[in-house]
Amino acid sequence: MIRYTEKIRERARELLGQGKVDVFIGYKKGTVPLMNQPVMIKRAEDVDQLLWDSNCCLNLANYLTKRTEKIGIVANGCNSRNIVIHILENQIKRDQLYILGIPCEGTIDHRAVLRAADNQELLGYSEDGKEFTIRGAGFEKTLKKEEFLRTNCKTCQHRNPVIYDELLGDPVPENTEVDPFSDVKGLETQPPEKKWSFFQNLISKCIRCYACRNACPLCYCPTCFVDESKPQWVGKSIDPIDTMTFHILRAYHCAGRCTDCGACERVCPVAIPMRQFTKKLNKDAKELFDWEAGLTLETRPLFDFYKTSDYNEFIY
Amino acid sequence: MGTSKVLKKDEWLKVIEDLRKGYKVFVPTKEGDFHFFREYKDGIRPDLNFSNTRLSPKGLIYPQSERMFECPLSKDQEGAFILKESPKDFGPQLVVGIRPCDAYGFLIVKRNFDNPQYRDPWWVRRYESTTFVGLGCNEPCPTCFCNAAAGGPFGEEGLDLLMWDLGDEYLIKPITEKGSNLLAKVEGKEAQDGEIKEAESLKKESQKKMDFSFDITPLKNKAQLELFNEPYWEDVAFSCINCGTCTYLCPTCWCFDIQDEVYKNHCDRIRNWDSCMFPLFTLHGSGHNPREKKFQRVRQRFMHKLKYYVDKYGNGIQCSGCGRCVRYCPVNIDIRNVIGLMCG
Ligand code: SF4
Ligand code: SF4
Ligand code: SF4
Ligand code: SF4
Repeated sequence: MIRYTEKIRERARELLGQGKVDVFIGYKKGTVPLMNQPVMIKRAEDVDQLLWDSNCCLNLANYLTKRTEKIGIVANGCNSRNIVIHILENQIKRDQLYILGIPCEGTIDHRAVLRAADNQELLGYSEDGKEFTIRGAGFEKTLKKEEFLRTNCKTCQHRNPVIYDELLGDPVPENTEVDPFSDVKGLETQPPEKKWSFFQNLISKCIRCYACRNACPLCYCPTCFVDESKPQWVGKSIDPIDTMTFHILRAYHCAGRCTDCGACERVCPVAIPMRQFTKKLNKDAKELFDWEAGLTLETRPLFDFYKTSDYNEFIY
Repeated sequence: MGTSKVLKKDEWLKVIEDLRKGYKVFVPTKEGDFHFFREYKDGIRPDLNFSNTRLSPKGLIYPQSERMFECPLSKDQEGAFILKESPKDFGPQLVVGIRPCDAYGFLIVKRNFDNPQYRDPWWVRRYESTTFVGLGCNEPCPTCFCNAAAGGPFGEEGLDLLMWDLGDEYLIKPITEKGSNLLAKVEGKEAQDGEIKEAESLKKESQKKMDFSFDITPLKNKAQLELFNEPYWEDVAFSCINCGTCTYLCPTCWCFDIQDEVYKNHCDRIRNWDSCMFPLFTLHGSGHNPREKKFQRVRQRFMHKLKYYVDKYGNGIQCSGCGRCVRYCPVNIDIRNVIGLMCG
């Protein structure tokens, strides 16, 4: 993946230099291994900060909302799908964007990597093709990337960008063998009490920091329902009922829109796998409406239109 | 303050277990991949083999949500609409294994919650009824900078006792009278010269591993408005998603919000942690928000920690260098870099 870095820099330099874009949004290397930082480059001479590696896990569509400049941006599969959603939902215009598409080979789960290092802090990270190397005080390990992919990357079916102005490499083969919903299926067979306790347990550590919501490109509402104060819909304490209300409502607001990019899960400071909420809705969208979010600009989003063939068994 | 003692690790853990008779004891315990401070009840396994807890221990003194007052809401009930203080537990607490940065963090907060002008009664009572048994850091994390921000990996300020991990044993040093009284009751051999030397050298070795330092003078000398109007804030803030991670995990962030919650005929007045990174933090009743933009909120966090606090209390920065925000900010906004910018 690192091979994209040079191309990104080269094209960003040209785009900024020729005035085709005013700013360029990508990732730069963070101060902590495994933590890259979204960055906005304004001058051609600063493009060497840009980088692409297996730690580019934040969703950059999040940084496009209501911007007014001409923007260059890098986008792998899931990020490109969220860009599509942003365009369809009028958060940005297609002609404001110059998209450098990245056929994606997956990104890595930093928590799994740290686990492999006995949760000791790292001092260095480097990668080379299918392997990466981590270094800490008194240890160094080389690990296989495919064993450390994020769970959403493992089951991703759209690794190639769906929208772009240029593709920076040959398309990668899509992974159609895996079942993205095997975990949801397991849960679906459980009785209601089991489901309820599963989700109660899932969010028991939540501190209501809202990192999951804020990392999500779909959550761009000027005032989120949890922040409304006139009237106030949800209590602000860490009462489990309020916390559950937040999670369930947030998930429903993402129904038919979530691309399973995993940004929410990536950012949680207490490692809550809250994709279990949205994945069930993604599965329903797929099975009931044959819908996957953000694949094309040609069709209106799921909740924007009605087909007579739509699932309607719930209407009496 | 009395002499240090040395106990075998399992002996010391037994002492801690027995202390549950007189205290509510809190210990670090591993849940999933990381550690939390939890009350030491049966079934909880204390684990002192940890770097630091994911959340700081601030919640032990200052819970994330706390019922302050309550009242009935129907006219025919006695005391309707008159808020009465809710019962709270101020019994003796013992926190074992707190890191020196976090113990120092409480002192930073104390300057704000316990001073001649303001006194937060609940914070103060709970703090005063708590005994802190610290654990020095033989291996400081690369993201920690307590040597620059607080007393270093074996800093004693804010602790009652300090433990050194000597391999099979702990050396336990009394720091305050409270700590000394507690240790006097513990059976164990007095620390010998050799052990004290070993402890000293562990401290030196650990300090040597920490490489971040800064000089606070520019933070004191630059005018508030000069720093406030610096052009770099927008760039610093670009990647920020305005979450509560940095402020909620931080041992020294103290801001709260007070909410009334009504259920049936009962009202609770609750104090919850709040965060200057949330837009709601400064939203006025009129709808006006003086910190409407993201960069203004990011600037507030750093200006508060690194300038307003410095000016107001004349006692360092509002940060103990625990490194949590550095490690867990999902978009890698690193306070060490911001210190560099502001001092530059
Ligand atoms: S990021 Fe995690 S802790 Fe924060 S609100 Fe979301 S689930 Fe809760
Ligand atoms: S600085 Fe980082 S942790 Fe703090 S609010 Fe911004 S994104 Fe969240
Ligand atoms: S500002 Fe960051 S490093 Fe400083 S005490 Fe708070 S969480 Fe720790
Ligand atoms: S940094 Fe923000 S949340 Fe923390 S104490 Fe200061 S104003 Fe409050």
